[in-house]
Amino acid sequence: MALAETSQHRSRLWTKKQAIFCGLFFAVVAIALAEVAIGPVPLSLSQIYQTLMGQADPMPTAIITQIRAPRMVLGLGIGLSLAICGAVLQGLLRNPLADPGLIGISGGASAAVVVVIVLGDLFLGDIPATLRPYILPIAAFCGALLVTALILGLSQKDGEMSVGRLILVGVAINSIAGAGIGFLTYISTDTQLRDLTFWSMGSLAKSGWLAVVISVAIMTLSSLALLRFTRALDLFQLGERAAFHSGLNVTKIKFTACGICAMAVGAGVSIAGPIGFIGLVAPHIARMLVGGSHRFLIPAAALVGGVLLLGADLIVRNIAPPQELPIGLATSLIGGPFFLFLLLRSRKI
Amino acid sequence: MAGAQFLTVWAGCKMLRLTSIAVALCLTTASATLAQTYNRIAVAGGDITEIVYALGAGDKIIAVDSTSGFPQDTQSKEQIGYVRALSAEGVLSLSPDLLIGADDAGPANVIDTLKAAGLPIALAPLGHGADRVPTKIHFVGETLGLTAQADQLIAQYKTDMAAIKARVDGFDHRPKVIFILSVREGAPVVGGRETSANDIIELAGGENAAGAFSGWKPMNAEALIAANPDFIVMSGAHAENIGGDDAVMKRPDVQQTTAGKQGNLVKMDAMMLLGFGPRTPAAVAELMGHLHATGH
Repeated sequence: MALAETSQHRSRLWTKKQAIFCGLFFAVVAIALAEVAIGPVPLSLSQIYQTLMGQADPMPTAIITQIRAPRMVLGLGIGLSLAICGAVLQGLLRNPLADPGLIGISGGASAAVVVVIVLGDLFLGDIPATLRPYILPIAAFCGALLVTALILGLSQKDGEMSVGRLILVGVAINSIAGAGIGFLTYISTDTQLRDLTFWSMGSLAKSGWLAVVISVAIMTLSSLALLRFTRALDLFQLGERAAFHSGLNVTKIKFTACGICAMAVGAGVSIAGPIGFIGLVAPHIARMLVGGSHRFLIPAAALVGGVLLLGADLIVRNIAPPQELPIGLATSLIGGPFFLFLLLRSRKI
Repeated sequence: MAGAQFLTVWAGCKMLRLTSIAVALCLTTASATLAQTYNRIAVAGGDITEIVYALGAGDKIIAVDSTSGFPQDTQSKEQIGYVRALSAEGVLSLSPDLLIGADDAGPANVIDTLKAAGLPIALAPLGHGADRVPTKIHFVGETLGLTAQADQLIAQYKTDMAAIKARVDGFDHRPKVIFILSVREGAPVVGGRETSANDIIELAGGENAAGAFSGWKPMNAEALIAANPDFIVMSGAHAENIGGDDAVMKRPDVQQTTAGKQGNLVKMDAMMLLGFGPRTPAAVAELMGHLHATGH
């Protein structure tokens, strides 16, 4: 009798999760289609159909294939990977405030971008013109990896890496990077300053297909790699000692997971600039929806991240045409109140 | 295409010489095909907007960027946002038949996308020194097929500037001037060497008291006292924003300078003063009138 009740209980839970996943999945698909179909230039369904068939005029074709489709792909990739990395880092560090910025990804990328924009003409003179548009993303990516490696390396002591040490080293290195950015901003010229401002605001409209495909490929591969850590992350919730005694190589897992996160988020930041909030909030929303088991949490967070970022982009593109707001503004503007609403409604926290 | 992309990405990196070559190449190919009548023009760049109006084509403009505030008529046009942060689809949604812009209009990939969508685009060459305004006027005239009007405007501009130069050369005193961009947080941000403010001050027969450094920088209180400007120039709108003239002139550092002691504050429209467009002769003349009125 008791057994029957338990299994019935289980199966009801399972179907509830299934329903949530189905809902999230359809939300992502719907919002991705909306991202292609809706924009400041009204396009009819037949124009979209003709474009897909390759029979449309140059303008609708360019709008869909050059403007909306790459944004949709990039937004999906960044939303997914920011959310996955946020969930992984929150689990790994057992800290609900952890986000990809903490281990130096955005700080490193920003510092590298500032160096290239302000001091670029000192050392980039011989680079062929065709490569120039890609220098900023490449620099940002390398900067993100380098600073993350520095933080991970310094937070290691006697072959061990404690979470507290990692967080403190992260704070210190981020503030050093911040000071470097401040100094270079100070010596920058007027135009350089404006370039910096616009880079740091974040936007999905910065790159063409080539950069989008490369970065989304990196994000997808690293995100898939992070899915392997779900069991380990669950064990981490019992504390590192317990995780160690369950047979996990705790330090190695922390290193690899953080490194892969840096790859994934660095690839996104490098071509879209820093986009805040998703990495912090998507995992929390997912946790409220499907609970704390990382097997469910990580995929759910990914879907939530995709919905949030594409939703934000849909808003910034359409709210004040022909102008476009910075996307970071919208991620905080819709994510923040929604998150607050969930927090206030939930009795668990 | 590659040229324009190169231009907008790297405008920030001081490769100005190379940049202007790239633009010049772009233009020589572009202007041959662009000379036709446009009726729905989108403009990105306040100086270009002023030139289009000065050439009498203001009624063909349907949209301007956020740096275009003159003449008053621009207020009735659609807004496409900041000149360096245009949105491709936003611009297309107004269905313009031409996007004409300043040399720094962008970003690069947006310009490329707009070209791919079949929108004719013309970006102004940078130009240098005294020639930059005639260069821009010539470019706009050629793009819009208004070369006769452009030549007339250029001739007028050159006459006006020559008259001002003759008067400036007649003054044997060069009052020290500081242009304050903003004083919102602590140290005032002032225009050093290699800024448009520096050029305007020199054209008006002044000496930039902040010439010790280049670019726009916050100037420390003691450095400001040591520079001891005779005049302080700032945007009238900004002076109002921060709470009137006293917010600047009663600052402890400013009060120690000649400008502060004598109450020499010149307030002018920032775009007129720094925009380097058709209003530049008027701006220089006005500033010169302030600097040399009291017989320094």
